[in-house]
Amino acid sequence: MHIKKNIAISDSGFIFNPSTGDSFSTNPIGLEIIKMLKDGKSREDIKEAILKVYATDQSTFEKDFYDFLIMLQNIKIIETDEQKKN
Amino acid sequence: MNRRKINVAVSGLNNIDSPGPGIPVIRALRESKLFNPRIIGLSYETLEPGLYMHDIVDKSYQVPFPSAGISAIKARLRYIHSIEKIDILIPNFDAELFNFIKLEKELYEELGIRMFLPTLEQFEERHKANLFEFGKIHKVKVPYSRMIFSVAEVPSLVTDFTYPLVVKGKYYDASVAYNPEQVETHFNRLSAKWGLPVIIQQYVFGQEVNVTVLGDGKGNTIGAVPMRKQYITEKGKAWAGISLDDKKLVSIARKLIKSTKWRGGMELEFIKTSEDEYFLLEINPRFPAWVYLAVGCGQNMPESLLSLALGEPVKPFKNYEKGKMFIRYSYDLIVNLSEFEKISTLGEL
Repeated sequence: MHIKKNIAISDSGFIFNPSTGDSFSTNPIGLEIIKMLKDGKSREDIKEAILKVYATDQSTFEKDFYDFLIMLQNIKIIETDEQKKN
Repeated sequence: MNRRKINVAVSGLNNIDSPGPGIPVIRALRESKLFNPRIIGLSYETLEPGLYMHDIVDKSYQVPFPSAGISAIKARLRYIHSIEKIDILIPNFDAELFNFIKLEKELYEELGIRMFLPTLEQFEERHKANLFEFGKIHKVKVPYSRMIFSVAEVPSLVTDFTYPLVVKGKYYDASVAYNPEQVETHFNRLSAKWGLPVIIQQYVFGQEVNVTVLGDGKGNTIGAVPMRKQYITEKGKAWAGISLDDKKLVSIARKLIKSTKWRGGMELEFIKTSEDEYFLLEINPRFPAWVYLAVGCGQNMPESLLSLALGEPVKPFKNYEKGKMFIRYSYDLIVNLSEFEKISTLGEL
């Protein structure tokens, strides 16, 4: 999973996809995760970083993280390695 | 830098809920770094807001409707030219273009008025009724379409189309129909308003994206800015939009300009499917009403059109700002009755 190259992400959590013209807002944790994805961190790294800082258990995080990634994929913010090749 | 004085006549002053491109084109010209234009507005109706925007339009004249014929518009232009010494004329309505294309050579040779319009072949080829064939020739995907001339043809549409489908007027307007009864209703409304034929087009699911383009008539693209509507009025017009970073769309537009050798401004309307396929829905043979967004993005296409009309070299734009938005607004002009009286009785303001 990669954040698409041209996606603009501001510190306020405002995300803009210039290819589609869509814009979105995310909360601080969402922004934190997106930034880690952008930095090329793996899912395991992201899980570890979040669990270290926030009071949540592993299964709750994994479920929410999975939902979040699916949503990012649906709104075309992230792409898989396969999609990137195409 | 000295901005060259030039007299430019512009139509399409109907800056209403379904706006003509005249006022945005004039705003672009007013911001030109090359030209200092005196704007002569050409209007068809006495309530076109541009008539009363005196900081935008310097002087206005009523002109006969396109249906009055070529000689009527020519006679009127001859009169206006005797006063205003028009250098360049920019027509902004689809419906008036046929007459102006026919007049382009004559107006230049007799009066010295220049235009920069598509050729009659280009104008006819991209017509809604011919668009499917146009797509085949120029290798761009176009949803299947067919002309109909009577409601009696509606039942037979199921052999060629699946519902929903789009019912389109000859010049403007389109409505989606989900069953034959809706096709009949739209057919009656559109044929009464715009005449026959009515065009039936296969509906394509996806996101509408548009491009404003300027071609130099030799196959070169002078400018191209893609946009997505963010807010659409009940009439299907953009009330807000945003410029896109869509290289594929710009590349399709460039290929079309190269293939057609398009001369002048145009708007390409596409549907982008979820599989990132682009289907051309329509070609408008003039700048769109949102052309001022292109100026905001760094491509003053109306200014370049003036240079092209003058036969001067024009450098193609290489870039534009992505993620730039436009938002329309309505504004009440307070107008003295004497002004309305003047344009209504004398045909000048």
